[in-house]
Amino acid sequence: MLGMGLIETLIHLMLLLLLPPLLLGVINKTKALAAGRVGAPYLQLYYDLFKLMRKGMVLSRTTTWIFPAGPVITLAAVMLAGLLIPFGPFNAPIAFAGDLILFAYLFGLARFFTTAAALDTGSAFEGMGAAREVTFACLSEPALFFALLVLAKKTGSLTLNHMLHGPITVFPAPAEAPLVLVALGLFVVLLAETCRIPIDDPNTHLELTMIHEAMSLDHSGPLLGVILYASALKLFILSALLLHLVAPFQSGYMYLDWLLFVVETFGVAVLIGILESLMARLQMKRVPYLLTGALLLCGAGFILLVR
Amino acid sequence: MLEMLNALLVIVLVLNLFALGTSRILSVIHIVATQGALLGVIPLLLHGRLSLPVVLAATAAIILKGMAIPAIMIRSLRAAQIKREVEPMIGLLPSVLLGAFATGFVLLFSKQLPLAGQQIDTLIVPASISTILVGFILLTTRFKALSQVLGYLVLENGIFIFGMLLVQAIPFIVEMGMFLDLFVGIFVISIITNHINQAFSSMDTRWLVSLREE
Repeated sequence: MLGMGLIETLIHLMLLLLLPPLLLGVINKTKALAAGRVGAPYLQLYYDLFKLMRKGMVLSRTTTWIFPAGPVITLAAVMLAGLLIPFGPFNAPIAFAGDLILFAYLFGLARFFTTAAALDTGSAFEGMGAAREVTFACLSEPALFFALLVLAKKTGSLTLNHMLHGPITVFPAPAEAPLVLVALGLFVVLLAETCRIPIDDPNTHLELTMIHEAMSLDHSGPLLGVILYASALKLFILSALLLHLVAPFQSGYMYLDWLLFVVETFGVAVLIGILESLMARLQMKRVPYLLTGALLLCGAGFILLVR
Repeated sequence: MLEMLNALLVIVLVLNLFALGTSRILSVIHIVATQGALLGVIPLLLHGRLSLPVVLAATAAIILKGMAIPAIMIRSLRAAQIKREVEPMIGLLPSVLLGAFATGFVLLFSKQLPLAGQQIDTLIVPASISTILVGFILLTTRFKALSQVLGYLVLENGIFIFGMLLVQAIPFIVEMGMFLDLFVGIFVISIITNHINQAFSSMDTRWLVSLREE
């Protein structure tokens, strides 16, 4: 069985490293099709990353070591978080009791270094982006914790592996009231964390409305590539988390299950693409409403469970 | 079945909060319509087997609450040419929070109620009470006549959920009578709304205070 475990880990690593940029390609293709355009090729982000990696960097004289360290540490933290989360019906490569706290705070660490690098440039504009990012994180982080709390309470386990496999083994997910709430809340958290449309527009360069883009304005070349890659990775990891709640299906055949997982992930990407085609970005002052809504949903899920 | 029912009721509760947090009246109409259509499905889940009256009642509920009433309201909204609730008495976020607290409180408190055995596990009672409360919040904090009608509809949805407890006992004819009452009520209110709009060129019900006998 050691051999099987090894293959699982290898496939996990391969998907984690290679799949995320394709996800963004799917989102952009969906948006393009909805708008009647042909759109960029699916592999566009790979080309972009490849191009950026060959370029030089411009470093401002006011910046310190934090500036280049920010994106790199962010990428490392997000990658580590990706190793903690199980994909589909398979186990995560790293698992121990309480790893949900590490998972949540790896995202926190990534956020801290992204904002620190933004503040390091000394630009007022990047400072504004950083302030927005942490303000909204104040609401999305508790929502994530409530969601994990509901799963932990429901399965009686503090290991992500066991918690997230709960919907398959212990209870049918779509049929459980608290899980419906948590899944809705988690979807909003996913959109907020990955800066997708109702919260932030990834395409816009309109200065006053950006959140995430504002923080990466001064990064160029390989560092920008790292930032783009890390945010694609974040999207992939959070959709893997969400999929455990909304589509806990398994066929029983190993390779079929991997295929199913990949298809489901593309499903999430298409869903996001459709949502982005249908909705406009929210007014900045309304974003906290939406996030408070997500927090209330996850909190209500918890109340429903413990009442 | 029971789990499916609870999942549906939870979505109804989420729609309540959305209705509280949306400023555009058209969106609120869509939300309330969705809620009504979802509620129409519940009797189908509660009855073990499908008989003709049950299916008829459910279809009537879905058509009436999901299509007919929203269509009337959208019509009078278009006639009145207003788009959004400009100034609710308390802001949108506070009213969402108020609704959420009411919902949470009811969820906790309904465990204390002495309910019959089979009702303990379903969310029917808490969902109905919190929907009624949310309808009440909508009704009392909005000033536009159409928003108040929407509050009334949400209130009625809450009562409809409560009626699900007696779904085995209510005769078909009574149910149809209730739908007819609701339909006529909304119809009349829409006409009154248009009249308010014509008289004051605004739908703000506070203007009604200025109607005095000289």
